[in-house]
Amino acid sequence: MKWEIVIGLEIHAQLKTASKIFSGASTAFGAEPNTQACLVDLGYPGVLPVLNREAVNMAIRFGVATHSEIAERSVFARKNYFYPDLPKGYQISQYELPVVHDGWIDVVLDDGERKRVGITRAHLEEDAGKSLHEDFHGLSGIDLNRAGTPLLEIVSEPDLRSAREAVAYMKLIHQLVRYLDICDGNMQEGSLRCDANISVRPVGRHEFGTRAEIKNLNSFRFIERAINYEAERQIDILESGGSVVQETRLYDSGKDETRPMRSKEEANDYRYFPDPDLLPLMIDAAVVETARAELPELPWAKRARFSEQYGLADYDAGVLTASRAVAAYYESVASGVQDPKLAANWVMGDLAGALNKAGADVEDSPVDADALAGLLARIEDGTISGKIAKEVFEAMWAGHGSADEVIGDRGLRQITDTSAIMEVIGQVLADNPGQLEQFRAGKDKLFGFFVGQVMKATGGKANPAQVNDLLRKALSE
Amino acid sequence: MHTRTLAELGDALAAGEMSSEELTRHFLTRIEALDPRLNAFITVTGEAALEAARAADRERAAGRAGPLTGLPIAHKDIFCTDGFRTSCGSRMLDNFISPYDATVVRRLKSAGMVMLGKTNMDEFAMGSSNETSFYGPVRNPWDLDKVPGGSSGGSAAAVAARLTPAATGTDTGGSIRQPAALTGTTGLKPTYGRVSRYGMIAFASSLDQAGTITASACDAALLLEAMAGHDPRDSTSVDAPVERYADGLDRSLEGFRVGVVEEFFDEGLYPASAAAIETALDVLRSLGASVKRVSLPNLALSVPAYYVVAPAECSSNLSRFDGIRFGYRAENPRDLADLYKRSRGEGFGAEVKRRIMTGTYVLSAGYYDAYYLKAQRVRQLIAEDFRAAFAEVDLIAGPTAPTPAFDIGAKTDDPVTMYLNDIYTIGVNLAGLPGVSVPCGFADDLPVGLQLIANHFEEGRLLNVAHMFQQETEWHLRMPGGEFA
Amino acid sequence: MALTRRQVESIANLARLQINEDEIPAYVRNLSRIIDFVDQLEGAGTEHVHPMAHPLNMSQPLRADEVTESDDRARFQANAAAVEAGLYLVPKVIE
Repeated sequence: MKWEIVIGLEIHAQLKTASKIFSGASTAFGAEPNTQACLVDLGYPGVLPVLNREAVNMAIRFGVATHSEIAERSVFARKNYFYPDLPKGYQISQYELPVVHDGWIDVVLDDGERKRVGITRAHLEEDAGKSLHEDFHGLSGIDLNRAGTPLLEIVSEPDLRSAREAVAYMKLIHQLVRYLDICDGNMQEGSLRCDANISVRPVGRHEFGTRAEIKNLNSFRFIERAINYEAERQIDILESGGSVVQETRLYDSGKDETRPMRSKEEANDYRYFPDPDLLPLMIDAAVVETARAELPELPWAKRARFSEQYGLADYDAGVLTASRAVAAYYESVASGVQDPKLAANWVMGDLAGALNKAGADVEDSPVDADALAGLLARIEDGTISGKIAKEVFEAMWAGHGSADEVIGDRGLRQITDTSAIMEVIGQVLADNPGQLEQFRAGKDKLFGFFVGQVMKATGGKANPAQVNDLLRKALSE
Repeated sequence: MHTRTLAELGDALAAGEMSSEELTRHFLTRIEALDPRLNAFITVTGEAALEAARAADRERAAGRAGPLTGLPIAHKDIFCTDGFRTSCGSRMLDNFISPYDATVVRRLKSAGMVMLGKTNMDEFAMGSSNETSFYGPVRNPWDLDKVPGGSSGGSAAAVAARLTPAATGTDTGGSIRQPAALTGTTGLKPTYGRVSRYGMIAFASSLDQAGTITASACDAALLLEAMAGHDPRDSTSVDAPVERYADGLDRSLEGFRVGVVEEFFDEGLYPASAAAIETALDVLRSLGASVKRVSLPNLALSVPAYYVVAPAECSSNLSRFDGIRFGYRAENPRDLADLYKRSRGEGFGAEVKRRIMTGTYVLSAGYYDAYYLKAQRVRQLIAEDFRAAFAEVDLIAGPTAPTPAFDIGAKTDDPVTMYLNDIYTIGVNLAGLPGVSVPCGFADDLPVGLQLIANHFEEGRLLNVAHMFQQETEWHLRMPGGEFA
Repeated sequence: MALTRRQVESIANLARLQINEDEIPAYVRNLSRIIDFVDQLEGAGTEHVHPMAHPLNMSQPLRADEVTESDDRARFQANAAAVEAGLYLVPKVIE
């Protein structure tokens, strides 16, 4: 039987606010345990939550970017359950009336195909703390610094049909939240993580199969592997006549498998109800319109514009718009040169390679956009060849100055003086009488040999096009 | 000195008749001597009180005294007090030292008031008789075998016996007004949102409101002015200007329309209490008010609606008591579940557990719509009843409680019988209205309270009527005799 | 509606309340009585009535995104029964 995999993702994006969603404690990552947990975050008796305006603005920004409805009235609810990293015994979340709902985004898959993925809803909620499982005499330690960090939970429709689609969608959300500057996207630190709802069904069947929820996937690779493992597990069960149990499972990256979460075995009854400590969140149409007007150019629009404006292939445009910083760098370089494709090749090639090797972001590149443009201009005006340019770039990267300084200091300027090149050609022809004779006898391929010899004799600095012209002329005499 | 009202004591301090230290020492002496009979205090903060009194005296000497500077007050032990135990009447918080002040406490402190201590209360404010306290029942100074009402029973008994000139309280379903009625004191429950709930340990967040128990409406006006106002730490606190309540107390009631709720005068109302209320209505007429009948047709549903909404909210509010960050923690837990269950099972008393379980049940899957949502709709009906009534009258008057104080232990067997004590007060909380109970006579030698209810944010009018009533009567000046005199 | 013993046990478990064996009958009786009492809501005509979650018709105020709280861990943890290395200790958490 052929099986179809059905996937929906619930992505948790930690919002980049300075303070927590309901308290004035800092959200900075990596502080000493419980030093950023104030009375509200600790759920002390008598304290009350007050909503962070910026968290709301960020949710609105996400909503307008994903063609979603922004609820004029949304409601915070309590999700009640006991867990040591949940200080109040309930999580403040949004349940029946989320702030963002009914949107979509188009994901471009590897093969260039476009796939529309529905955004069911995106709601604001508070993050929980962390249980540390190092052994404290057989006990666990609880750190509540993360408790109360604002989260936007982005719930997709079950529109994804493979692990690769799921990863492409996750990557787009990752890119988008960074474009919108609402989440730092740091998956290692847990700033962006997701749960995957996975089920399988025979191809052609309309109804969904029973789904399992895989919790806390915090890398693209884990998402792909967990989904593939889980889908296969379910298919194996069904093919051997069994049935899938609806449950919550945990992905174990060490063993590359999913297993049921023991703590969630007990059927949960979250007893949602509107939080009486918080009032309905009312959002003015004017606020939404302002957010819409202030949206930055979004990844897909930028990609399309790059293709069009710079004549780039869609794939290249995609690479160059991966982040706002890369795109801005590229545009800055492109504005300083005549050929935007030359700029694209360099940003995607030598620059990306060097950054990758150094593990640096484009913002930290030792060669800034103006400097790179300065180098490319010297290729375009014939001062140096593309090959010499690579050498110049390396020197610039190492901090040896601008392109012109490196070219000047090292005497890399291309030789364009006709008489000088002619002199070298004369010498080469004189030194290689045998090859000259063979060439004249019709062995055309030796033309390349002579070019090579001339370039070698000039240390690569002769202008290759000029060498070709002059050599052809000399040989035909 | 203790027979004087807060306002009178304030005048005496201003006139230099006595110092705050002397005044504070006087009340501390009374507490020491008499509280063993009443059990009105859980914690007495004597040394800190004297220190604060001396500081107040210095402020006065420096010419920086306000109307409340140097006046003593007791706080219900539901308000967090920085550096002092805040028990909420529960074993759960017997060892809890609050690291912060509730907004109410902070405001009264910065107005110069001197805290004498923390008063006894029903555990987590769940009760109408003060019998559910971990610290034992409070006794009514009018008759030590009777309850003082609850949940602010300690505050009410302490003010009635003049162990303090005034006290704070909280009112979720009548917890200020009912004990005020049962102890012959003046109990004010402001509009929901008028006074900050920050630092007030939550019972039912959409119903809880802080208020005062005092010897007079004038005292309540003085305190409310200092307590009320917007608090950025409480999302449900209202950002509206605070009136100068004391300035409007003497306004005439000529042409004022008072509504008497038909449904309040049912077979449940004790005849002698009803008679006292009728007499009180005559006093209002004599002050120029017209009295007409109004109806709150859904009143009977207020108690069942309340006993869905309040337990639901409390079941969630009390989940934070888990033995991990503060409060009672069971010894040697076997595992995590055991830590939770025994810490909570041993830390909470029976009534609190009943309410948590009721609330858990009505919110659980399959019952939410039938109970919680339904109760919220009924709540709307009750609020609409009041809206309709206030279209016809300026104020509603009636009894505060169906009977005078009852015997300790008389109603502890059946929770529902106890719940019905609040039949006249609960609707006010559901609708978020302000209400006050003022002494209006006696039944079987026990105080009877007249309840006055106003529209949202009309505390000024409410206190005006209560004050005018107290200018014509002297029930509020009566004090329990014998050792408390 | 009368609650069964099993229902009461399951509610107690959901609420994480230890109820001793000998107390269960009293809880069954009292909770049944309470539920019976609130069941009278069923008869109320509320067809077109909007549920009322708050007494006042207000909307949520928003606070500026500013860090206003500073570390006071030692003071806050003075109320905790078991703390080590700044962490709150609990019996092993199993995921």
